[in-house]
Amino acid sequence: MSNLETLNDMGQAIVGALENEVHEFTVALGELTITARADKIVSILTTLRDDPNFKFVQLTDICGVDYPERSKRFDVVYHLLSLKHNVRVRIKTQADDEIPVPSVVGVYPSANWYEREVWDMYGVMFDGHPDLRRLLTDYGFQGHPQRKDFPLTGYVELRYSEEERRVVYEPVKLQQEFRDFDFMSPWEGAKYILPGDEKAEEGQES
Amino acid sequence: MAEVDIKNYNINFGPQHPAAHGVLRLILELDGEVVERADPHVGLLHRGTEKLIENKTYLQAIPYFDRLDYVSPMNQEHAFCLAIEKLLELEVPERGQYIRVLYAEIGRILNHIMNVTAHGMDVGALTPILWGFEERELLMEFYERVCGARLHANYFRPGGVHQDLPEGLTDDILRWCDNFPNTMNDIETLVTENRIFKQRNVDIGKVTAEECYALGFTGTMLRGSNVPWDLRKAQPYDVYSEMDFDVVVGKNGDCYDRFVLRIEEMYQSMAIIRQCIEKMPKGDVLSADHTVTPPRRTEIKTSMEALIQHFKLYTEGFKVPEGEVYAAVEAPKGEFGVYLVSDGSNKPYRCKIRAPGYAHLQAMDHVAKGHMLADIPALMGSFDIVFGEVDR
Repeated sequence: MSNLETLNDMGQAIVGALENEVHEFTVALGELTITARADKIVSILTTLRDDPNFKFVQLTDICGVDYPERSKRFDVVYHLLSLKHNVRVRIKTQADDEIPVPSVVGVYPSANWYEREVWDMYGVMFDGHPDLRRLLTDYGFQGHPQRKDFPLTGYVELRYSEEERRVVYEPVKLQQEFRDFDFMSPWEGAKYILPGDEKAEEGQES
Repeated sequence: MAEVDIKNYNINFGPQHPAAHGVLRLILELDGEVVERADPHVGLLHRGTEKLIENKTYLQAIPYFDRLDYVSPMNQEHAFCLAIEKLLELEVPERGQYIRVLYAEIGRILNHIMNVTAHGMDVGALTPILWGFEERELLMEFYERVCGARLHANYFRPGGVHQDLPEGLTDDILRWCDNFPNTMNDIETLVTENRIFKQRNVDIGKVTAEECYALGFTGTMLRGSNVPWDLRKAQPYDVYSEMDFDVVVGKNGDCYDRFVLRIEEMYQSMAIIRQCIEKMPKGDVLSADHTVTPPRRTEIKTSMEALIQHFKLYTEGFKVPEGEVYAAVEAPKGEFGVYLVSDGSNKPYRCKIRAPGYAHLQAMDHVAKGHMLADIPALMGSFDIVFGEVDR
């Protein structure tokens, strides 16, 4: 297992080799993270793959994370593995749903489905991807289900209709609301008005 | 005779096909009988696991991992628990670690029996799967005896495992280890040197080490191409560093090598199981840090605080400090990883599951090109694909 020293050395080496692209690295919980700009991702990954000091020959994963409150709301996170040095590195970039991220299929062919999945789930576009179709959702699916503002139950449900002799889509009807409990305790300083507290102010006015 | 233009022919392999190992719609473009292009359509078993996990507490999320690769459930739980423990910086008692390794290896044998015999069946050998499933049933009984469920175990927990092993279980596992090689020998006499089996598998689906890296192959697929890479050795977790076992590699990277490699890996797993039982210390199986792990049942009967603590853990759950980790285990199919982002609440902010089968299946187009249609089931078999984890 790679210890902290090798991770720090590796981080410094990466920042040294890619001084125009990468500005900072962090080592937290025994893992090396690099933050980079999305438009530089192809040259970063190419260097990390080919440079004999790094040899991150394998792309483990690409995934999206949604932070709806940010202006660039998505993180696109790349995980790389170097078998030679036995080190993993995580590269984090930010993206939104308008400006596409350059596709890295040319660097790692395995990025193909990972990028399709990020597009499917979050709606992040990848520039230069050979075949950016939906992957996991249904044919003709609308929306991007892993976004935080997409409801857990979705919008439509389907059933086989005896009358029409085909599968029909209908708006979701729930017998019971999804039970999402609020575990914020009143002593922790909630950032919203706790249920019942609104009455306190009413009382003061009268 | 006038020249006839022969058009390429498209066929749908699946979504309901006995050799598709689940619900895969594979669109094949054929030139005669030769595959020109393969386009897998996945997602027919997509259940939104990652989205569901974002809406569940950490403890409630563990059972979802059983349902990913339902052939070796506990290995997936292992990765998730390791990720949570990494975020919490939680220590697992030694006995808990040994039990986890023991059950991870039982999971590996479960998976490899399934794969090796199903692979045989895909190319025409029907008997091994019948013999193999008897052994799987015995192994699932060991699952049942520790957690009450044959398949969906929910046994590994952050901080260890849920319950200690019942009395006499280790003896039964050892007895099983003594008998299992007989079944394996029987299966091997039928298949390994069989001429038809070899004709269907040798030199089929060859991948070089460089291709493996580029296509993101891990686990048995990578080792089949002569790359001695095993996370249990390279980045050992729990007590794998104390286990003595060999990393098995293939030479040619074809379907046959991967088949033989899986059989040999089962023997290595058996060696690890034996060592686990031999070296297993006495003691706790679950961390004593009661902010994360529930108090023992007997305590709940006598202590009010323990009862409250238990109630809070199973309703609100525990909070995990802010941060992000990637934890990977050597699951039987390859590297199974969990990328966990926590925002400091009692639910994961993001939980990305990196399934090995996903990378293997997406290489189908690359590997299948130029093969005959009849080789596709052999390829599917040796890729070891289970749709629970591909579609998530």
